[in-house]
Amino acid sequence: MTAKPAEQKPAYELLGLKAKEYRDICDRLGREPNYTELAVFSLMWSEHCGYKHSRPLLGRFPTSGERILQGPGENAGIIDIGEGLAVAMKIESHNHPSAIEPFQGAATGIGGIVRDIFAMGARPVANLDPLHFGSLEKARQKYLLEGVVEGIAAYGNCMGIPTVGGEIHFEDPYEGNCLINVMCVGLVEQDKILKAKAEGPGNLIVLIGSTTGRDGIGGASILASAEFDETAQEKRPTVQVGDPFTEKKLLEACLEMRDKGLLVALQDLGAAGLSSSSSEMASKGGVGIDMDISRVPLREQGMEPFEIMISESQERMLALIKPELEDEVMAVCAKWDLDANVIGKVTDSHSLRVFNGDELIADMPVDALVDDAPTYIVKAVRPAHEVDEPLAEDHYTKPTDLNETLTTMLRSPNICDKSWVYRQYDHMVQTNNALWPGASAAVLRLKGRRQGIALTTDGNGRRCYLDPRRGARSVVAEAARNLSCAGAKPLAITNCLNFGNPEKGEIYYQFGEAVEGMSEACEAFDTPVTGGNVSFYNESFGQAVYPNPVVGMMGIVEDVRLIQTPDFKDEGDVIILLGNARPMADGSEYQLRIHGEVAGRIPDVDLDMEKKLQLLVRESILERVAKSAHDVSDGGLACCLAESAIQGGMGAVVELESNQRADLLLFGEAPGLIVITVAEKDLEAFAQLALDLPKTVIGRVGGDRLKIKSGGADQIDIPVAQIKHAWETALETLIGDAG
Amino acid sequence: MSASSQTEVTPLRFGVVVFPGSNCDADSYDAVRSFSGTTARYLWHKDTQISDLDCVILPGGFSYGDYLRCGAIARFSPIMKSVKRFADEGGLVIGICNGFQILLEAGMLPGAMHQNEGLKFVCKLVNLRVENSETTFTTSYDRGQIIKVPIAHHEGNYFIDDDGLAQLEANRQVVVRYCDEDGETTAAANPNGSLSSIAGVCNRDGNVFGLMPHPERVCDEVIGGIDGRGVFESIIRAVAGNGS
Repeated sequence: MTAKPAEQKPAYELLGLKAKEYRDICDRLGREPNYTELAVFSLMWSEHCGYKHSRPLLGRFPTSGERILQGPGENAGIIDIGEGLAVAMKIESHNHPSAIEPFQGAATGIGGIVRDIFAMGARPVANLDPLHFGSLEKARQKYLLEGVVEGIAAYGNCMGIPTVGGEIHFEDPYEGNCLINVMCVGLVEQDKILKAKAEGPGNLIVLIGSTTGRDGIGGASILASAEFDETAQEKRPTVQVGDPFTEKKLLEACLEMRDKGLLVALQDLGAAGLSSSSSEMASKGGVGIDMDISRVPLREQGMEPFEIMISESQERMLALIKPELEDEVMAVCAKWDLDANVIGKVTDSHSLRVFNGDELIADMPVDALVDDAPTYIVKAVRPAHEVDEPLAEDHYTKPTDLNETLTTMLRSPNICDKSWVYRQYDHMVQTNNALWPGASAAVLRLKGRRQGIALTTDGNGRRCYLDPRRGARSVVAEAARNLSCAGAKPLAITNCLNFGNPEKGEIYYQFGEAVEGMSEACEAFDTPVTGGNVSFYNESFGQAVYPNPVVGMMGIVEDVRLIQTPDFKDEGDVIILLGNARPMADGSEYQLRIHGEVAGRIPDVDLDMEKKLQLLVRESILERVAKSAHDVSDGGLACCLAESAIQGGMGAVVELESNQRADLLLFGEAPGLIVITVAEKDLEAFAQLALDLPKTVIGRVGGDRLKIKSGGADQIDIPVAQIKHAWETALETLIGDAG
Repeated sequence: MSASSQTEVTPLRFGVVVFPGSNCDADSYDAVRSFSGTTARYLWHKDTQISDLDCVILPGGFSYGDYLRCGAIARFSPIMKSVKRFADEGGLVIGICNGFQILLEAGMLPGAMHQNEGLKFVCKLVNLRVENSETTFTTSYDRGQIIKVPIAHHEGNYFIDDDGLAQLEANRQVVVRYCDEDGETTAAANPNGSLSSIAGVCNRDGNVFGLMPHPERVCDEVIGGIDGRGVFESIIRAVAGNGS
């Protein structure tokens, strides 16, 4: 390490606190904090833990509903799926660690989100990982992609949790700051749900799992709550190292203790380590905690007390137990070869008191740590690039050869086959995979029941960049559409809000607009927000990523045998386009890929129409009328049809009656369009379901070519084998060439 | 696990070994219990009492983390001493994925594993050709039958020296090979670089079988196939045949 002039700065500033915040801490303590206390405050009052810029706005989200057993505020949200069973879910970001060290950054991201799920007493049954990188033409982006995917695989595969979904997107704004979001979903019987609420003075705090080291010191403050600049690589020691085998044992031991009724409360150690886990448990129960750090088993010699308090060493849990059950708890931990040590107890003092043996080394009011982080409201400024009107439809010239355009689009890393990625994930372990990757959504059967659960994640930063409110509305609508196309009814979401530096008016504006748009759509679909994560400071050298509110949505399938996939099934089936939205270039993959621009104003989603169409699709699947269902998203109608043809291994003949220019009609994007296929004999049954909803018969499945006519002229006529090859080989080719 | 559904036949007793890092233990347990006339119980890695069983399953997973060579630590576990004795006395043992790796490390099957040729974890459905349909584990299949079974591993690149391979072939110990849809063992259809496209082998006595693919993952149409059922049906048939 080189000596830096920064060392002359006051300690609080080096820890990431502002002068005013330091004065607030002094006020709350009635004195100056010592260094240990200051270190703990700096973490608890970091943006990452304290939600300083987001808290006032997050209150807008709808968070309750008849199925919501647990909304935001716990380690994960919980949704009632009937007959005593519930789903726990949560999404989080591990953007900054992964940008610094992709393998461990992503691996420990999985570790953290999985602990959040079993902290609720739930057994993790699925992971989903939405990932955003810069363009694959850059060697570093290839390195990041490979490292992140291997990190997710190494951790998730070892844990035996299938990675069943997610998405992968490549675009320049993510070059300096990739977005690595991780979602975990678990199942829990409702009478076994655990909470992180400390109660009962005299109850013991047990630290279970890995030893505590110097890894991840300051992860939540220095790393997660600041932008990247030329010092980024110096932040590597703030990234933790994962040990999935220990976490697997921790998972099994915790669930065994749950089954034996040994736990009063359970909390994982994540950002800010012991500091946040203990103070948050105490805060929820309105109690205090006394902790003795000399009882914490350490990984290395000579650690300072403050380091022990804020270490982010992985694979650790805090269990709250009754004193008389200590022997039984220790026996379960010993069975799983896990370290377990009583490190403290619950008090009625409302303070977090830290001892080193007999010496009191820190004494902080719990409320000050957890609730009193200041909140900031920034003057929102609408960014200059936002416009009110969409581009004129003749803004771009029409490509001459739409066969070539289709091939280029299918080769886009944002559209092409992603099996290179999901082949590295064990997506079948636990044997619940009712659908295979590549479907509209993941569907898991529930063993012993007819029901299944459906899961998807969606984000569209480009659309949110052009209009964050409309963009966020359409992200929720698209997630719901994906579930509906699989035959599932959406129930709830968890969200990961990835934005730039909120101290800037433009970013703050985007954040507020996105929260508003997401709230509106969640209200419309009756899918409350059950929790999630805010990730700010996704910037490098002052350049922010696209504002990217990512949605993880969960839905229910009443009969896991009545679900559907996007692929064409049989020759002669009738292809029907549902919806009447007008596709546009603005914000589309077509605009970026073919015309090299991101501009204009995205179309808004008609939430009322969207709900009706999605209900129709679900009913058509349930009645076995729809033989395939696929939403029109990235790449527009042409790519939607092409994907169904490729996956079904059969062509189609399509004729569109529209006055719109063919390239916009075929490759433009607008929310609210779905393609289904129906057997000839079921057309009448479908008509009775569809009533007066907008629906157009556009063609038939058959042959070995995809033929699309519009405006009376042939636009696309290409062998399915040819586009299949383009779609299947694109990603591997790009990765191979990127070196 | 109701004891009330009694039949005249003694139920076939499966034991599924649980190492702390096993993660396909429950899948195997669920799969064998989907057959009538079976019971199953979990065998903790620190246990040693298994003599009451008809068949032991070493399931997939990461036994002790497998940060070293897969299965290198598991072979020293208390349960493996018992499993070895059980097999020496003629008991049936099947090792799936990590279980296969452990059987190799324990010397209960010949050969060894390299990392996959592509140096990446591979999870996908593959075609297997049944090379020997007369083993205790494969009588439900026809010789040359092509079945679809998923793989999910990072170290499944089977290797054995020339003499060893010659002996495997001579004794018909190669039970399943990776192949394409037409049954050809092409390089493109070999997902991990295994020597001679070997996906699974048995010991000379035919009572110990190891394979990288996961038959327990294709025992139910709802999750995409039933081609793996034949393995468990064969075991049940073999044990029932012995008992009568």
